[in-house]
Amino acid sequence: MARKFTPKVVTANHLLEGDVIYLTADDRWTRLMCEAELIEDEAHAQVRLLHAQAQPEITVGAYLADAVAGENGPEPTHFREDFRRTGPSNYFHGKQAANAEV
Amino acid sequence: MYKYNEFDAAFLAERNAQFRSQVERRIDGSLTEDEFRPLRLMNGVYLQLHAYMLRVAIPYGTLSSDQMRQLALLAEKWDKGYGHFTTRQNIQYNWPKLPDIPDMLDALGEVGLHAIQTSGNTIRNVTADHFAGAAKDELIDPRPVAELLRQWSTDHPEFQFMPRKFKIAITGSPNDRAVTKAHDIGLRAVEKNGEIGFEVIVGGGLGRTPMIGKVINEFVSKEDLLPYLEAIVSVWNIEGRRDNKYKARIKITVHEQGLDTFREKVEARYAVIRDQFGGFDQKLLADIEQHFLPPAFRNAETTAYTVAYDNDPVFRAWADTNLTEHKQADHAIVTISIKEHGKTPGDASADQMRLMAHLADNYAYGELRISHEQNVILPHVHKSDLPALHKALKEAGLGTANIGLASDIIACPGMDYCALATARSIPIAQQIATRVEELKIEHEVGELKIKISGCINACGHHHVGHIGILGLDRAGVENYQVTLGGDHTENAVVGERAGPGFSYDQIVPAIERLMLAYLELRTSAEERFIDAYRRVGPAPFKAALYPEAEEKANAA
Repeated sequence: MARKFTPKVVTANHLLEGDVIYLTADDRWTRLMCEAELIEDEAHAQVRLLHAQAQPEITVGAYLADAVAGENGPEPTHFREDFRRTGPSNYFHGKQAANAEV
Repeated sequence: MYKYNEFDAAFLAERNAQFRSQVERRIDGSLTEDEFRPLRLMNGVYLQLHAYMLRVAIPYGTLSSDQMRQLALLAEKWDKGYGHFTTRQNIQYNWPKLPDIPDMLDALGEVGLHAIQTSGNTIRNVTADHFAGAAKDELIDPRPVAELLRQWSTDHPEFQFMPRKFKIAITGSPNDRAVTKAHDIGLRAVEKNGEIGFEVIVGGGLGRTPMIGKVINEFVSKEDLLPYLEAIVSVWNIEGRRDNKYKARIKITVHEQGLDTFREKVEARYAVIRDQFGGFDQKLLADIEQHFLPPAFRNAETTAYTVAYDNDPVFRAWADTNLTEHKQADHAIVTISIKEHGKTPGDASADQMRLMAHLADNYAYGELRISHEQNVILPHVHKSDLPALHKALKEAGLGTANIGLASDIIACPGMDYCALATARSIPIAQQIATRVEELKIEHEVGELKIKISGCINACGHHHVGHIGILGLDRAGVENYQVTLGGDHTENAVVGERAGPGFSYDQIVPAIERLMLAYLELRTSAEERFIDAYRRVGPAPFKAALYPEAEEKANAA
């Protein structure tokens, strides 16, 4: 039996800034994981990944990252994705700082 | 210090202009990422976890004060106000934006610095003893040869697409501070019948298959060195495995073929190419040597130093740990710790960089060095200037007296920045340093090399730490393995894994238990951690690491 598909988000780094971006359901790129489209269907995930990879003027290294539905939207299941959506732990830099400014 | 000639400057300007155009073409869509990636990597541009990263080579670890000021400018103008000095004498900027990087490279070019071959399957930055040109135990200053190697390897047409990266380290001293035995090629100056040449070590390396380098030739004269090295790299370039990147490094080639077979091939290749080196390299070397003449050391009384040493305990503690004997008796080599307890190992702010440049101008003939242990060195300081220097450093958070001690930790960037990492390194280093400071035990513990890597690639040199820590991802959780008994010196040894790994929360207490166990079992304060480990073996240290296993064994 095929392994059960775990939900995913499409994520990449932005070509110019290099920072982490996520694909939303309405085809925007967001800096916030909680705004990303949580994809529950494997075939749909592949289509969305192709859509991301077809935007080389915006994305670098697009891939599908495991996620789960949280209270405010998708959340990471692995600590690597948690760091990507937050920033480094030794300085208040990266997304955590950008989000604090909003 | 090497000063670029017209050719160097023109080459670099041309290369930077090419990269500027490549970046433009990537941004306007004429280049795909697959096409662009090798081009950016050749110029030191990585894409990491949160941002691009620019890795700038500091050739053989030597910087002028003007170069250091320019590094500060880059940090401030195009990054977040700091830079990270690495275990290969590079500096990394963690937050540049792609469109800014060509400007950063031009700014570096203004002071004779570049990021060429700081990535990719090329010959990387040639690293050297960070005390080169100053150390009392030195046979020769290895930096002219290192500069020759930089010029030879930069854009060398045969060596741009090799099986894998290739790292060379060189030392002019019998006491190896350049980790030569853990490099693809290690060079150690040796004397034979009154002539100084090099012992050539090949096939060392850390990473997933750690190996101590083997001596392929006990003595190669200075005249024969460049063709001999070219023969080695050339043989490996053909014979190195391209089918499997984990088996591509020269250490595997030498291991699989055997040292004698590999040496025969090198000798055969050497016989073919030796005559192509018609002496131009030696003329060039003679010219380069003129750039590395020692400064005109000043003569003065050293009373101010003696008075401060005898009367100021803070100065004395710093002098005892952070100073090294200079070849001039009235001078000292100063290691500036950029590892204040709790701070990120190897990070310096733009302000700190500028201060160090200023102090280098005032007290150190305008010279600085970066060590593979992620500290900054003022290689030549007259002893009478040490009290004033220490005062200035202390005021800027740069006066930490911990060189060689438990908090002088090597740590790779780990998962806080690196896309390859499997766990964090920096916070572990910060917490260990903070803990030893709380306990106030590091001066009692004495020399202890703790080295932390956040993945198996071992940028943090964990295999050769007295205590090595390797961060891994175990079923989606950070897990830290401990190795014991490693040695990075001329007596290089790969440490042994102690047992099961520790969680993020448990690794710092485990390291604390190791230090306390050592204090219990050492025979005297003179017996260092590594000496005690060699005397008693791993058992008592393992017992300290795994007290529960010990209790079970005793109960059984």
